[in-house]
Amino acid sequence: MRLDNLTFKGGVLVKDRKDFTRDKAIEKAAEPSIVRIPLQQHVGAPCKALVKKGDKVKVGQKIGDSEATLSVPVHSSVSGEVIGIEKLYNPEGLRVDCIVIESDGLNEMHESVEPKGNLEDLTGEEILAIVREAGIAGMGGAGFPLHIKLSTSLEAEVDTIIINGSECEPYLNSDDRYMQECPEKVIYGTQVIMKYLGVDESYIAVEDNKPNAISSLKEALKDNDKIKVASLKTKFPQGESYRLVDAVTGRKVPQGGRTKDVKTFVTNVLTAAAVRDAIVEGKPLYERVVTVTGNGVKEPKNLLIKVGTSVADIIEQCGGFNGTPGKIIAGGPMTGNTLFTLDTPVTKEVTGIIVLTEEEAAPVKTTPCIKCGKCVEACPVYLMPNVIQALSLKDRYDDAEEYNALSCVKCGTCSYICPAKRPLTEAIAHAKREIRAKRKNS
Amino acid sequence: MEGKVKDPNRDKVVLDKPLTMSLAPHIRSCDTTRRLMLDVIIAMVPAIIGSVYFYGLQALVLILTSVASAVVAEALIQKLFKKDIQIGDLSAVVTGILLAFNLPANAPWWIAVFGSAFAIIIVKEFFGGIGSNFMNPALAARAALVASWPSIMATYINPDGITSATPLAVMKGGAGVESLPSLTRMFIGDIGGSLGETSALLLLIGAAYLLIRQVINWRIPVFYIGTTAIMLLLLGVSGDLIIYQILGGGLILGAFFMATDYSTTPITPLGKIVFAIGCGVLTALIRVKGGMPEGVSYSILLMNIMTPIIERFTRPRVFGGAK
Ligand code: SF4
Ligand code: SF4
Repeated sequence: MRLDNLTFKGGVLVKDRKDFTRDKAIEKAAEPSIVRIPLQQHVGAPCKALVKKGDKVKVGQKIGDSEATLSVPVHSSVSGEVIGIEKLYNPEGLRVDCIVIESDGLNEMHESVEPKGNLEDLTGEEILAIVREAGIAGMGGAGFPLHIKLSTSLEAEVDTIIINGSECEPYLNSDDRYMQECPEKVIYGTQVIMKYLGVDESYIAVEDNKPNAISSLKEALKDNDKIKVASLKTKFPQGESYRLVDAVTGRKVPQGGRTKDVKTFVTNVLTAAAVRDAIVEGKPLYERVVTVTGNGVKEPKNLLIKVGTSVADIIEQCGGFNGTPGKIIAGGPMTGNTLFTLDTPVTKEVTGIIVLTEEEAAPVKTTPCIKCGKCVEACPVYLMPNVIQALSLKDRYDDAEEYNALSCVKCGTCSYICPAKRPLTEAIAHAKREIRAKRKNS
Repeated sequence: MEGKVKDPNRDKVVLDKPLTMSLAPHIRSCDTTRRLMLDVIIAMVPAIIGSVYFYGLQALVLILTSVASAVVAEALIQKLFKKDIQIGDLSAVVTGILLAFNLPANAPWWIAVFGSAFAIIIVKEFFGGIGSNFMNPALAARAALVASWPSIMATYINPDGITSATPLAVMKGGAGVESLPSLTRMFIGDIGGSLGETSALLLLIGAAYLLIRQVINWRIPVFYIGTTAIMLLLLGVSGDLIIYQILGGGLILGAFFMATDYSTTPITPLGKIVFAIGCGVLTALIRVKGGMPEGVSYSILLMNIMTPIIERFTRPRVFGGAK
């Protein structure tokens, strides 16, 4: 099987803007004096608080959980005292309950944080329970509870595992740096997943604009013939999971399907590393690597940030704003959300914090569609973004559905490439919401 | 719910102005309509210089007149329709140059004025302006000119200034290779024909630029020219004449610069191929069976009209197909 220059049809070359932090080693962020830990940082049901005002908590202590199947617990990232529960906007712009903890600066570890034993001795069920208890949800931005993905993939008898290190979003380096600095952790996590799923062969897939990550993984894997490094052509949205599965295995996830429908399991590199941490150190997911970058911040960095740290705290330790900030994005610039307050806490899913300057954030002038076809050529799902957009703007959602609006993965490629600067992704996202709402009501 | 908890840390980093909120994506490519049109203009510069070299200053006067009238016509009609004045997108300049390219070099200046105004006002703006017109403005205007002033539009001069038959007309008359100009002359463009169509060499230099800049896609020109050649053979044109057929008329200009027009050709990748094959078949049919020696512009116009139907039947199949 070929393992380099893998790719998919469609997509676009995007200026990668990764130079801000490409060579910045991961640093531990300054200790926050206060954290606000959202009770929902994942897809699924929100957690209920397990602590109340006045309670003392320690690092790694479970402070929220839910009985719902589709949910994962949340943990404290500091030791200290719970001083309240506050409603705040999370990075997705939803108002969620957050447990506010004042840190005592001691970072005392909770008793539950201890090694969970040898991987060889653990049963599948035990692995699943450890993963759930550690609160692991997809860290590439999707936030899907990992234990659910694991168990449904086991049922679907997947035969291939792909660990996603493509990091195709511009600006971001968190996965890249992590693969360079801790390849063995990613590999260990991959082995856990292989053991759980009973799969013999897996791939760590990396875009070829990250040669250092590829070589350090290869070096760490030189005595391991079960895990292979697959190098992908740098092209957006290579990291989108269906495009990734297509590039690596040639399998095409059917419309409305999941990667398990083509017997493939995909998760992000940091998620795999979190699985390793949960087993080897017993450490739940309460901190993550985040790229803080952009022209709007003075000292771009790759920081290991505790969940619940406010964006304000982070900007401050990156030297503050560089001029007046125009836009702050949580995640990548192609698919991320904009923030409107610096109170927003960092969650398990935040891959990057990008500060754009006022000029960069200024809205672009939209001109009439010239029918150049670039959006059609580039759409990785093979849609006609220009048509769906026009239908959406005319409120013709049934017709938009007929043009497969629901299959859009909101990758942003069409809007990016459009020379007329039309808001294609945005209009299609709107159509999707309307179609879904209508389905619900009928 | 309890109230806001005081944070000693807060207010160190503050916002003076509200942040911009928007949906993703937050970055855009640097391509704009204007940039694309500018690229097309750049790609036509070699052929413009060539036309002045072959036909003298009268060619330049014709091109400038045509461009100026196209731009003025667009500004005026947009003002009249109370639309935004969009001459800054340079599409009128492209139309002006293309129209001039389709005129005989010795055509009077007012032909260019009339043609450009017709192209912009009737063909483009009446149908909604850039991106909405369904026929190629320059070609439709050319057809109107041919219908109104047939003799002016059919009198071609050679670069030496002498009125003569074009190579296509010579072939139409049944003559063989011996009565045609040499291949080198045909490739360089030292032959009779309309102002901008004769030099395959200069047009191809521009076309290469457009392909590299990804302004146009290879599908239409390749399938168009390929189909034309195959159809000519099938219709009994002898093999040694095919290359003369490709270089002799407006095929290179048409295939790379007019059949690739955005708004009047299918947007779907498969549709582009269907469109190009249609153009090729029609061009060969008109050249061999029709009453005229040349068929490029009518073929493209006919296929322009077919475009909506082609698009409907060539919608891309969504990734992964049905579940
Ligand atoms: S990329 Fe923009 S201008 Fe081109 S066809 Fe699509 S919507 Fe129209
Ligand atoms: S239509 Fe959707 S899937 Fe296609 S390019 Fe646009 S955002 Fe991406």
